[in-house]
Amino acid sequence: MSYIKSTFRHPSAKVNGLGFAKTAYEGALSTLCAGCGHDSISAAIIQSYFEMNIEPHKIAKISGIGCSSKTPTYFLGKAHGFNSVHGRMPSVATGANMANKELQYIGISGDGDTASIGMGQFAHVVRRNLNMIYIVMNNGCYGLTKGQDSATADIGSAGKKGVENQFAAIDLCQLALQLGAGYVARSFSGDKKQLIPLIKGAIEHQGFAFIDVISPCVTFNNVPTSTKGYEYVRDHLDATGTIDFVPERQELKIIHPEGTSKEVKLHDGSKLVLQKNTHDYDLSSKREAMGIIETVREQKKILTGLIYLHEDPQDTHKKINSVDKPLNSLTQNEVCPGNKVLDALNEGFR
Amino acid sequence: MNKIKAINDFVILFANINGSGSASANNLFAKAVFRLGIPVSAKNIFPSNIQGLPTWFEVRVSEKGYLGRREGYDFVVATNGQTIVKDYNELATGGYFFYDSSRRLPDHLQRDDITVIGIPLTNICNENYSDPRLRQIFKNIIYVGALAYLFEMDFSIFEESIKTQFAKKAKLIEPNINALRLGFDYAKEHFADACDLNIHRRDLNGDKIMIEGNTATGLGAVFAGVTVAGWYPITPSTSVIEAYEKYCRQYRVDETTGKNKFAIVQAEDELAAIGIVIGAAWNGARSFTATSGPGVSLMGEFLGLAYFAEIPVFLVDIQRSGPSTGMPTRTQQSDVLAAAYASHGDTKHVLLFPATPKECFDMTLIGLDLAERLQTPVMMMSDLDLGMNTHLCEKIEYDDHRVYDRGKVLDYEALEAKQERWGRYLDIDGDGIAYRTIPGTHPEKGAFFTRGSSHDEYAGYTEDGKIYAKGMQRLLKKFDTAKTLVPQAEIHRVKENNKLGIIYYGTSTYAGHEADDLLQEQGIHLDEMRIKAFPFGKEVEEFMQSHETIYVIEQNRDAQMKTLLVNEFQLDPKHLIPVLNIDGMPITAQYIADEINNHINPIQSKNQTLEVVS
Repeated sequence: MSYIKSTFRHPSAKVNGLGFAKTAYEGALSTLCAGCGHDSISAAIIQSYFEMNIEPHKIAKISGIGCSSKTPTYFLGKAHGFNSVHGRMPSVATGANMANKELQYIGISGDGDTASIGMGQFAHVVRRNLNMIYIVMNNGCYGLTKGQDSATADIGSAGKKGVENQFAAIDLCQLALQLGAGYVARSFSGDKKQLIPLIKGAIEHQGFAFIDVISPCVTFNNVPTSTKGYEYVRDHLDATGTIDFVPERQELKIIHPEGTSKEVKLHDGSKLVLQKNTHDYDLSSKREAMGIIETVREQKKILTGLIYLHEDPQDTHKKINSVDKPLNSLTQNEVCPGNKVLDALNEGFR
Repeated sequence: MNKIKAINDFVILFANINGSGSASANNLFAKAVFRLGIPVSAKNIFPSNIQGLPTWFEVRVSEKGYLGRREGYDFVVATNGQTIVKDYNELATGGYFFYDSSRRLPDHLQRDDITVIGIPLTNICNENYSDPRLRQIFKNIIYVGALAYLFEMDFSIFEESIKTQFAKKAKLIEPNINALRLGFDYAKEHFADACDLNIHRRDLNGDKIMIEGNTATGLGAVFAGVTVAGWYPITPSTSVIEAYEKYCRQYRVDETTGKNKFAIVQAEDELAAIGIVIGAAWNGARSFTATSGPGVSLMGEFLGLAYFAEIPVFLVDIQRSGPSTGMPTRTQQSDVLAAAYASHGDTKHVLLFPATPKECFDMTLIGLDLAERLQTPVMMMSDLDLGMNTHLCEKIEYDDHRVYDRGKVLDYEALEAKQERWGRYLDIDGDGIAYRTIPGTHPEKGAFFTRGSSHDEYAGYTEDGKIYAKGMQRLLKKFDTAKTLVPQAEIHRVKENNKLGIIYYGTSTYAGHEADDLLQEQGIHLDEMRIKAFPFGKEVEEFMQSHETIYVIEQNRDAQMKTLLVNEFQLDPKHLIPVLNIDGMPITAQYIADEINNHINPIQSKNQTLEVVS
């Protein structure tokens, strides 16, 4: 840590609808490498929750292990955080969500944490349609152990050591689609303009929302030979189209010309406004979403933006038919049947 | 030939084929003994298979109330052709061999020291039933009917049992009673005086019940207020969660909305199961999981996190024979060390050792209180024998004045009132336990970052070795506090200044206690201690220090409880003599008594001054 973060803010600094300044959404100073893409993602998360008027302490941030999983310390300091074990964030998030459905859950993971050690847990948290945001800070390498290839590294891509990766890459967006995620997006840490509306859309989405954010590792994987470096990604981006997130409370002002934009309504009436897409397709079609990722890949490009959106009202709680009240708020009287039922029960065991 | 003669004190072995419906018939028999007021224990010895492999069911009838397994079979009911020779040969001298005489016994089975009772079960079925399914099911009921006659059991008990069992399927009552009657009448006609083993009515069971440990555990979790269960199927623990779900459906469904006041998540593996428990507990819900040895191995990393980050966990370990897959349908007490020191790094966990289903219920309540009070994993070490067999035990009771101990949790008001700086890992009471907060409680106060990496008293990341070491030492202090909170060992001193002691725990209790009686008859008097929890309390230390030779009864190879005692109290291992059984069957009293006798007698001959025997 080279300097102490100033807490001073100008009195006229903007506050959000709840009266919170943006500082209320910030966290501790980052200890990641200077220029790390992950810090930009943290900044986008801060901005998104600030603009969405969510009370910071009503958020729970949960992560696994790795550079990415360190970031929850660097945002939302008023929220409880949980840096769990490698690859196991989804199960901790599941348990936490089962205990209290009223909090918002944001899970932070990395490509090693999700596509390798945590592949099983990732698959099953998607299947459960847990109501949470799952962000992968994807740099194609293991940063904290000095740059080994991860399972999302492309074939032929080479990091700092110059050795080409020989193994097929796992596309986490395609995987999430196949497993039934209702909200699937990909972005780039360097594209805040695209990333913030995507995170806001994910916050609003009821059910499992997945965002794969390509986030170059400045230290070990930011060389021209890497397909997850700044240079390559900037040159090969192919966005599905710009998105604006418009909360229900705000008056809809479409800045894009009529006819070139498309609205997607979320459950509470909020809207995602998509600027006309170069690859125009039905966002709620899993097959088309799969196809476009593949098509763009064939063109040696990386598809970013909102790729798939289909709200499934049956999140985990609905599937298991839990009561509306958070389970952690039920009192002893509400959960303990008491001695009165035991006479009949004991009789049944005689 | 001398026939075995006994009233209310013998062992019957049922040899059956897995999946043939024999279990319910055998349970009907065991329950009838219970209802006749005689203590009984039933052990199901089953294969890791759903259908076709051999399965056995042992019933011990014991007027003296001995519920442990006893070696030797006085009466064998042989209905499985695959094992008939083995079953025949294992019968005790003077015993009774009951078989389906629709097929001839193999010619080479020519023992003259036993009584053979052949009843043509298949033929009787074929004459009376045309449906093949009924023929199979009633074959089992018919042999129960025959036993009722042979043992002079009150037939009305069976009629009552059938009526209760099929209260909701009334049309099945009559056919079942008729099947019982077919067996009863055949035996009466052909074997009027064949059997000298009798079961006569007594009134020894009071208001006791017969229940599986796992059922009592699942019920306990409902009463203890568990709202989140994360689990992965594994024998022999699965029925814990099944029972939890069953009773939740009975008592935890909101009457007006029909919605559930519980969440059961069948996870993708044991790692996720414990992760779910930890996430829920971190977020303020009572949660638990049930598993067996392989699951405990997989949960190791997470248990270390819960220990170090101080999150309540309640885990039920239904132990089975290890290592690896081992004998998955056989019992053992072989996870003691793996559980006590689970996970890498310096860790120690709280363990509870129930011996009866009633204790499974009670200790589930205690365990969840302890987990939240101590903010640490608590594991209840049951086993396959206790979990999956029905045991005679005291009825289940719950004190309505009981208040859950949710431990040191700061709520909104407490946070609001707090003037000084709060530290998640700051021990301000001197008991090694700090105050925790639940996410979402307060807008400005109480948020912290939970981590498995080293942290200071304010939950901040640190690599300062001194701060780390201080935190680790505090966890030891917490472990000392645990010693004062866990259930105390039960100690029974038989005479003053006795230098001989015996220790047992969990299901070794049944045979251990019976062995004491056997040894007493031979003039060997042992002070008894039943350990109920780890860490060990002062009373355990005192017992260890005040006896020179202590026998430690266990169902594992490596004397794991002995190791734990030696390690925790820095004892000389020579004073602790392990008595071990690892064949996957519950340990027996005779075996324990013989081992102790064999150990004591050489001592006596070598050194007459050592008055170990009185």
